[in-house]
Amino acid sequence: MAEISRGAADVTVERPGLPRVADMGDDNLNSELMTINMGPQHPSTHGVLRLEIKTDGEIVEEAKPHIGYLHRCFEKHAENLPYPQVIPFTDRMDYLAAMNNNMGYVLAVEKLLGLEIPERVEYIRIIMCELNRIASHLVSFGTYGMDIGAFTPFLFAFREREDIFDLFEMTCGARMLYNYIWVGGVSHDLPPGFIERCRHFLAAFKGKLNEYNELLTYNKIFIARTAKVGVLSRELAYSHNITGPNLRGCGVKWDLRRDEPYSIYDRFEFDVPVGMGEMGTLGDCWDRYMVRIREMEQSARIVSQALDQLPEGGDVQAAVPRNVRPPKDAECYVRSENPRGELGIYVISDGSNVPYRVRVKSPCFTVMSVFDELARGHYLADIIAIIGSIDIVLGEIDR
Amino acid sequence: MTPQEIYDRLKTKFADQVLDLTQNVDPFIRVRADAIAEIGLYLRDDEAMGFESLMCLSGVDYPEHLTLVYHLFSTSCRHKITLKADVGRDGPRVPTVEGIWRVANWHERETYDMFGIVFDGHSDLRRILCPDDWEGWPLRKDYQVQEFYRGIRVEV
Repeated sequence: MAEISRGAADVTVERPGLPRVADMGDDNLNSELMTINMGPQHPSTHGVLRLEIKTDGEIVEEAKPHIGYLHRCFEKHAENLPYPQVIPFTDRMDYLAAMNNNMGYVLAVEKLLGLEIPERVEYIRIIMCELNRIASHLVSFGTYGMDIGAFTPFLFAFREREDIFDLFEMTCGARMLYNYIWVGGVSHDLPPGFIERCRHFLAAFKGKLNEYNELLTYNKIFIARTAKVGVLSRELAYSHNITGPNLRGCGVKWDLRRDEPYSIYDRFEFDVPVGMGEMGTLGDCWDRYMVRIREMEQSARIVSQALDQLPEGGDVQAAVPRNVRPPKDAECYVRSENPRGELGIYVISDGSNVPYRVRVKSPCFTVMSVFDELARGHYLADIIAIIGSIDIVLGEIDR
Repeated sequence: MTPQEIYDRLKTKFADQVLDLTQNVDPFIRVRADAIAEIGLYLRDDEAMGFESLMCLSGVDYPEHLTLVYHLFSTSCRHKITLKADVGRDGPRVPTVEGIWRVANWHERETYDMFGIVFDGHSDLRRILCPDDWEGWPLRKDYQVQEFYRGIRVEV
């Protein structure tokens, strides 16, 4: 037993060599670790989180996250509701990317049922998911700027996000929390005028990305705050099962949409942006940030291809089963690429219309588990830069 | 490798520690709970296996026993496998895999929090989502919410 723990998972972490009081050679200076509680709330209010930080002067020696303030026990709720009624609960996990959450859960249930989905529905789902990915990355970009002290990018990001929300609103009536993607279909067909408006948005959005880059990405102060900070190595990322933009930020070209295509992602052409260490170190905060900016461009490409290929007509609820009853003892684990990483949904059926067990592997949960490693040895002020760069949503960590 | 090939290799190496392979939408291998750490280490370090990430660790409450489910994935070999280990409902214990995949630290804390399964050798086994002084194991099927928490009535 003990042997196993020693021999394994020893991943070295690079830490900045900041001067400690203890190293200053003056024996009269006794340094004592000070414990600071950040939160519940502050860490720049990506949700209700508490960090218990031990500092040596300005330097963080340990950062323990305490989570659970938003715990609603989604998994227990899911065990008491018929399959379709679980979907609104998935909206409320990662509320910034509700469409993608719907999608992940629905994919798992459809896999259990062995359901065939109409072509048009598949395209509509992809359009919605990728638009939601852009909206989610916009929040990440905007709030990251704000965390570090740049207020304007936030306003710019929310301007574009509103346009996306208008598109969602005209489709299903909700601006957040959509309950849009259903088992076997979607709740509403695309309304008249959607396609033109969406194309209009995409055309305008391209130029906006350059605006963001000028405003924040290559800003000298922003680079100074994010480059070489919070470096995540590939080995550590694998061991902590970190996925999505955070994994790609350390140079790993891994994207489920490309490497294990689900739905109809194999029909689209897009690149998988990865971190390249442009600002000095591979896998630092800036790299993770930049992956998201570049991903927005790729998502826009996917949406525009999907709009081109979108088949006409047909009932979008033609395949919606009246009674969702997967076979007894069937179970599957389905991963899908959410804006924050791989969302894993594990569903076990007992043959009734209520799931026996639903387990959610939240991508933010695994990222938060590596936070202590990332934060150690950095200045206290860098904590905020690191939290913003891993882009967490507490609603999903706590479920 | 297919699940069948992985199962055959495990069966040769670990003999009666590995129980059976069940075909399902996602096939799974049943193993003995006390061997999970050795099997995990082999699966991670063997070149042909290369399971460097633990995608998910979950508990399930079946009427007769609790079950731990490990979903493993190998990016280098592009294959995946599910391991299942049964533990009894009273005083369930299982060795930790935290030393093999670091992410297991938090997953095991969550499973302890929700099912009361104790992971032997875990470095920091505390509740993670519920408050430290919460009573009961919420995801067990026979869970009853406590009536009062610190003098406040718990609304259900």
